[in-house]
Amino acid sequence: MSENSKAKKNSSMSWKYSNALESIEHISISPVYKLFIGGKFVNPISKKYFHSSNPANEKKLAKIALAGKSDVNKAVLAAKSAYDNIWEKIDPKERGKYLFRIARLIQEKSRELAIIESLDGGKPIRESRDIDIPLAAAHFFYYAGWADKLDYAFPGRKASSIGVAGQIIPWNFPLLMAAWKIAPALASGNTVVLKPAESTPLTALKLAEIIQEADLPAGVVNIITGDGTTGELLVNNPNVDKIAFTGSTKVGKMIINSLAATKKKYSLELGGKAANIICEDAAIDQAVEGIINSIFFNQGHVCCAGSRLYVQESISNQIISKLHSRMDHLILGDPLDKNTDIGAINSKAQLKRIKMYLDIGKKDGGEIYQSKHSIPKKGYWCAPTLFTDISQSHRIVQEEIFGPVLAIQSFRTIDEVIAKANNSPYGLSGGVWTDKGSKIFQVSKKIRAGVIWANTFNKFDPTSPFGGYKESGIGREGGLEGLSPYVNIVNRN
Amino acid sequence: MNTSLDIKKTYKLYIDGKFSRTESGRYIQWVDSKNNQTINFCHASRKDFRNAVQASRNAFNNWNNFSGYNRGQILYRIAEMLDSRKEQFISELILQGKSKKKSIQEVKQSIDRLVYYAGWSDKFQQIFSRVNPVSTPYYNFSSPEPTGVVSVIAPKNSYLLGFISVIVPAVVGGNTVVVLASEDNPLCAISFSEVLHSSDVPNGVINILSGYCNELAGHFSSHMDVNAVINCSSDLKDSELIRKNSSLNVKRVFDYESIDWTHVDSQDPYLIMDCQEVKTTWHPIGY
Repeated sequence: MSENSKAKKNSSMSWKYSNALESIEHISISPVYKLFIGGKFVNPISKKYFHSSNPANEKKLAKIALAGKSDVNKAVLAAKSAYDNIWEKIDPKERGKYLFRIARLIQEKSRELAIIESLDGGKPIRESRDIDIPLAAAHFFYYAGWADKLDYAFPGRKASSIGVAGQIIPWNFPLLMAAWKIAPALASGNTVVLKPAESTPLTALKLAEIIQEADLPAGVVNIITGDGTTGELLVNNPNVDKIAFTGSTKVGKMIINSLAATKKKYSLELGGKAANIICEDAAIDQAVEGIINSIFFNQGHVCCAGSRLYVQESISNQIISKLHSRMDHLILGDPLDKNTDIGAINSKAQLKRIKMYLDIGKKDGGEIYQSKHSIPKKGYWCAPTLFTDISQSHRIVQEEIFGPVLAIQSFRTIDEVIAKANNSPYGLSGGVWTDKGSKIFQVSKKIRAGVIWANTFNKFDPTSPFGGYKESGIGREGGLEGLSPYVNIVNRN
Repeated sequence: MNTSLDIKKTYKLYIDGKFSRTESGRYIQWVDSKNNQTINFCHASRKDFRNAVQASRNAFNNWNNFSGYNRGQILYRIAEMLDSRKEQFISELILQGKSKKKSIQEVKQSIDRLVYYAGWSDKFQQIFSRVNPVSTPYYNFSSPEPTGVVSVIAPKNSYLLGFISVIVPAVVGGNTVVVLASEDNPLCAISFSEVLHSSDVPNGVINILSGYCNELAGHFSSHMDVNAVINCSSDLKDSELIRKNSSLNVKRVFDYESIDWTHVDSQDPYLIMDCQEVKTTWHPIGY
């Protein structure tokens, strides 16, 4: 009780921070961006454009070319010709050197990239500056080194490149996802046509400028902006040999379907509904901080977010009251403010989807708690949200919301919580919090998911494979395993 | 009269460690290549397949927790049992139209293949696991775990060697399988269930059906509790249907149609890895 009232008292205190806005003076965003095909920025044959805007204030940032069928075809042919004539034949160590160059240029321009990432996608500058951009550079640096060492990655067999990789990436980590896709594809000798997400194309286009600056041979990487139709055209283009997609499970299934009659390879990084399990012997305050990070990182726009929280019954009230207090101290607002914890929801459409789930949660009988923040008038925002009094069959427990919404249930025994954790079509990630080592090994072995965070959450590194079991996808990105989706094993009879 | 009548064997399906008839009551009449012996195989139905998947799922949780050492011993035991019955399999292959020389060779290779994969049971994890050198104060490692229940359409033309070559990599890795035997010549595969039955393979780990590919391929690939499909059918319609259906629950699909199983290079741990999922486990480092 005393814990509870203390939390309430704290939450009513108002904390004032001085503004700490990141300056946007030195960054450059062109008013219009064309398609990056064959090493040049070219006008779209489609003659169509769309706008990318800032979700924090709804202001337009730039006019972006929308690639149509002829544009997609042109980009794929550029990639194919670059593959046949240059990239497949080039000395692998030279391939690596280009990737090292790109890594360095991303580091040099990291401040500009971080600001543009926050402007275009709404994520807090603290995250784009400390996580997205450094990890993107690190990814290129990591895979650069693999280019001339592939024989060591596949002992006993020879791995060869596949050809043209069509890559479609989401809006939640725009530049980082571009790096996750491009770096391993290039290192293993493939060429690329990349389609960034409709709502966040800007950092991918800045990457196109970096690629130009790095003197990468024309056509090795082509970046074509557009919407879902552009992605579909890329998937179905006959000269694409491999598809790599990160996005929703629904679209992933559509891709599998449309590739059924072809021999194209595919790797998919799809949705998730991760269980984050807090055992009664966990370090409570660290666990609370971990829960906050697991679900509110990047406004919950994270496929591996710990969106299902399972707390052992004896500590359930304590955890929930501490979560309320912590949530009330999160700072929601301008993504460019260095104090900001919670930025803007990425788009109007996504905000609508999150609100739909808030309604469903309430209608299904869930008890809702939202942190008290003043919400800016312009832009798309959602206060951090918890749901309690819910059960396994509730839609907000089963379906991916992709927003700052946490569904909390309690459990009594470890066997019970493992059964609940695995009761999901997804299997991307999971978390377990306990001070007992043997329990960590047991629980992390039994959770059917590709990444398990024990006493931490949402950690990433280029050396570490990431990817899902079951309907969360096929294949891994990152680490040595991240090369596999981009090679064929050839000397098997 | 001193003659003694032949005892003809009844050939059945192998589901959950039991020899059961198809629930459909249907049969496939098979006549050997010299036209003097007739066998009635079970014509398995969708329901038989579903029963087999259920058995596989139940068996998975158990088999997955066997140590690699233990799985290796069981696979080696299968090799021992096959070796002790090699005369039977040689004559069955001859009955199905192969030359004596080739039949002897195929049985020998089949035994060798079992021994080869038995030896991988506690080693492929070492080859494909890593401690990743992360740049933050965390420790993490990645290691393979079995994908789950795997449905397999075995090669049409390699009745014993191909059959063994496609199921064993999945099984040694801790998966459980439901496999459709060669539809033209299922004899060796059905007989192989007797070998399995005397090899300490837990019930439901390997389930064997005889039937028609074009009838079962749709079910093999659409069942929501199957995690992966290994397809050796050369029929493009089957392959396309399997790939399409796999979208329902994001099944992993592997096409082994073009592999020549008589070649020594057709065996490798990468085939084990096809039905493995890599899991990465993180923990902070600190006091």
